[in-house]
Amino acid sequence: MAKKIINDFSITVGTANGSGSQTSNTTILRALFKMGIPVSGKNLFPSNIQGLPTWYTIRVNKDGFTARREEHEIVIAMNPTSFSRDLADVAPGGAFFFADDIKQPINREDITSYPMPVKQLVRSDVTIPNNLRDMVANMIYVGVLAQIIGIDMEAIRHALNVQFKGKQKAVDLNFNAAKSGFDWAASNLEKKDPFYAEAMDKTSGLIMADGNTAAALGSIYGGVQFVGWYPITPATSLAESINEYLPQLRKTKDGKNTYAVVQAEDELAAIGMCLGAGWSGLRAMTSTSGPGLSLMTEFTGLAYYTEVPVVIWDVTRIGPSTGLPTRTSQGDLTFTAFMGHGDTQHIILLPGSVSECFEFGWRSFDIAERIQAPVFVLSDLDFGMNQWMTEPFNYPDTPMDRGKVLWEKDIEALKGQWARYLDKDGDGIGYRTIPGNTHPMGSYFLRGTGHDEYAKYTEDSATWERMMDRLKAKYETAKSFLPKPEIKKISGANIGIIAFGSTEPAIVEAQHILNKENGIKADFLRLRAIPFTDEVKEFVKKHEKLYVVELNRDGQLNQLLTIAYPDQAVKLNSIAHSDGLSATAKWVVNAIVAKEEE
Amino acid sequence: MTESLPMAGTPAQVNLAGLSKNDYRGNPSTLCQGCGHNSISNQLITALYEMNIVPENVLKFSGIGCSSKSPTYFLNRSFGFNGLHGRMPSVATGALFGDVRLKGIGVSGDGDTASIGMGQFKHAVRRNVNMVYIVENNGVYGLTKGQFSATAEVGLNLKKQGINEYEPIDICMEAIAAKATFVARSFAGDPKQVKELLKAAIAHKGVAVLDIISPCVTFNNQENAFHSYTWGKDHEAPLHEISYIPPRDEIMLPEEFDEGTVKEVEMHDGSLIVLKKLEREYDPTNKWNALQILEDAQKNNWLITGLIYVDENEPALYEKYNLPEKPLNRLTQEDLRPKPETLVQINKSMS
Repeated sequence: MAKKIINDFSITVGTANGSGSQTSNTTILRALFKMGIPVSGKNLFPSNIQGLPTWYTIRVNKDGFTARREEHEIVIAMNPTSFSRDLADVAPGGAFFFADDIKQPINREDITSYPMPVKQLVRSDVTIPNNLRDMVANMIYVGVLAQIIGIDMEAIRHALNVQFKGKQKAVDLNFNAAKSGFDWAASNLEKKDPFYAEAMDKTSGLIMADGNTAAALGSIYGGVQFVGWYPITPATSLAESINEYLPQLRKTKDGKNTYAVVQAEDELAAIGMCLGAGWSGLRAMTSTSGPGLSLMTEFTGLAYYTEVPVVIWDVTRIGPSTGLPTRTSQGDLTFTAFMGHGDTQHIILLPGSVSECFEFGWRSFDIAERIQAPVFVLSDLDFGMNQWMTEPFNYPDTPMDRGKVLWEKDIEALKGQWARYLDKDGDGIGYRTIPGNTHPMGSYFLRGTGHDEYAKYTEDSATWERMMDRLKAKYETAKSFLPKPEIKKISGANIGIIAFGSTEPAIVEAQHILNKENGIKADFLRLRAIPFTDEVKEFVKKHEKLYVVELNRDGQLNQLLTIAYPDQAVKLNSIAHSDGLSATAKWVVNAIVAKEEE
Repeated sequence: MTESLPMAGTPAQVNLAGLSKNDYRGNPSTLCQGCGHNSISNQLITALYEMNIVPENVLKFSGIGCSSKSPTYFLNRSFGFNGLHGRMPSVATGALFGDVRLKGIGVSGDGDTASIGMGQFKHAVRRNVNMVYIVENNGVYGLTKGQFSATAEVGLNLKKQGINEYEPIDICMEAIAAKATFVARSFAGDPKQVKELLKAAIAHKGVAVLDIISPCVTFNNQENAFHSYTWGKDHEAPLHEISYIPPRDEIMLPEEFDEGTVKEVEMHDGSLIVLKKLEREYDPTNKWNALQILEDAQKNNWLITGLIYVDENEPALYEKYNLPEKPLNRLTQEDLRPKPETLVQINKSMS
């Protein structure tokens, strides 16, 4: 047998969409996590409810690098349709597990093959009800894999407990199926591959969650009061998580709801409701993805000009109309930055981890109400729909910031002398009142037409320009309320990498490889918000050469940096591509090495 | 911040809310002289004044178009949101959750509602949003100078546009199909009826759709056109005379009503709408009657006006949400941020 390879490989499972393999795959993922081994799991699935091939890849890495890899050392083939492709995908020296009812030739001498009598085992287990056989069949491969590579069965039980939220019947049924696979493998298979999972202590204190759940919870701890939404992959589960957790977390003592959620008729209505609610003093949010975002354009332009706080989550996917709805992308950046009519600039938050999805969930409301503007949060499918190991969610460390709001007593103190859009404090932000304010001098009329400081209709040129200049000044003010970039330095670096969002693990790994294997020392700035704060400018200025890495075709962050720092533009190099998959360290390393050698 | 309006020299008369009619006024209208919309604004002012509704308890909404400008011309003391073309319903839906004690009054037009905003209109109706939804219906696009709207009648001939080839959309019929709980039609040239219907609509707890034929004096007021003063005056066929009686008054029917031909509709707040039958027997609580009368009207070229359909039993949108007594928009961090222990539990469940 070849030298043992411990906690450093990737497992890919090929199944048919809709076959219930999600439970099995996340069980493997969470069991490894429970054993203290750093892991990540990526679901690669088609836009289909049932039948088409789907893959799930788990990366196991003792050093904590969890970005997607292109190589698969262990492949589990459960789907006849993708069998030959799955077989071809096994890395040389790898292991191939397959359901033995798939009668297709195995023409690889360089790998270890393990047949699994999945159907037979499920049929012979009388404790499994007939109608659930297909569902638990996938647990057989969990058990076989566990036995061969050494996943602790108690960790499997724990994972199932989390998965089924402690529902004992479901846990037992699935555990027993896994156990029968495990036992069968113990008596019938001989271990020939070199891959081992061994318990370690690198995940203690961490949790495992997906970005949409994190965003939903963050919003709830941020006091979300109104959600208007419309179903769209991959954002749907964000609103659904809100629906799941709100009733548990946000009832008054007498059982009343401190929130309202409306599933709208489309994205135009979803954002329209949010504008209404935001104007009406509620913490309002919506969640969507690219095509839905396009539909929200007119309203967000209005929100910008009329200064209505609202939070918009874009769980980015790829393409127009249906595009590739189940694939990830960072392609909405420039669109979001300027979304609306002419002369619009938006605030964007860019979470770079699942726990940051939680943090920006609550923080986005504080920023929106403080600045009185729409705040976008750009997550993506990779965060939104995949399970990540992440820091536990931190309870908000600052009290809610409701911004500049005048209620009846405030208007009374001002003797009714106030103006909605007057820059009284010199920060570009006016004082707003909220519908329901009963002071006779408390109201104002929100209008998209040209208006003056008193919110009165005017088409006066000078007034229009003055109002727009104030909005620009307000955008400057926003910078001091935004999360600063995170900078990971390497001593002696004279080049820099700039990136945002879910590429973080790939870049951290690339930074490590470039340093160790290629002698290229690069600092890494992970951007967390737009507009750019001074730290970004400083980083750009300090480095001789910068690589701006992102998952889109046109290098959109690079474009925004070029606009912001024209005098630095020659130093900026774009590394951008978009094929629907998450970033790999290999891609980043190869691209940077190639450019360094130019 | 409200603009103060010049007061008359003599002490103004006040209503039970202690307010004068001036407290209900808006800015001077910038619409064309003789526009039906102005008459509707004036009736709205009178209706709210007579109902003793405090302006601060009303939220005004509109979309885009001539009609949608009119919220500027009434209730200066109320909050207002002039939004996007065809999107008033969604804004109102979200806004009214802020404080469900407030009454929404939305003003839209036939383009804003029956063309670009048809989807949102029908969904707001279906949700029974607690608002009065007024359509100032003139069959043309005024602000863009006279294009056909979706309610223009077949064969209408307009300068520059030629002849309209398409069947009109009947807003009342659409509303009923969308499960509206209050549907009425009126004619801007019949201010008394407009006022009484407005009062009834305001007393209604869910969505009250009020389709008011409001002639465009500039682009669509030919004698033979459906949405014109002359045609409306000649063809208006009221279903009944209508009278609104507020809840606090002892319920006494006005003398001129003959008991035998009177129908009362009790609103959720105890107020009454009293309908005096004209020549037709008509029951506005029967949906099939409503659709039938609208169909007949189309066939016979009548402008049917009055309360066409009403259902006081359906809960309004917010009643389905189990909301606290304190308005949502007055809740604070204490009410809105779950306790730290709960997050500890959540983290634990994910470890």
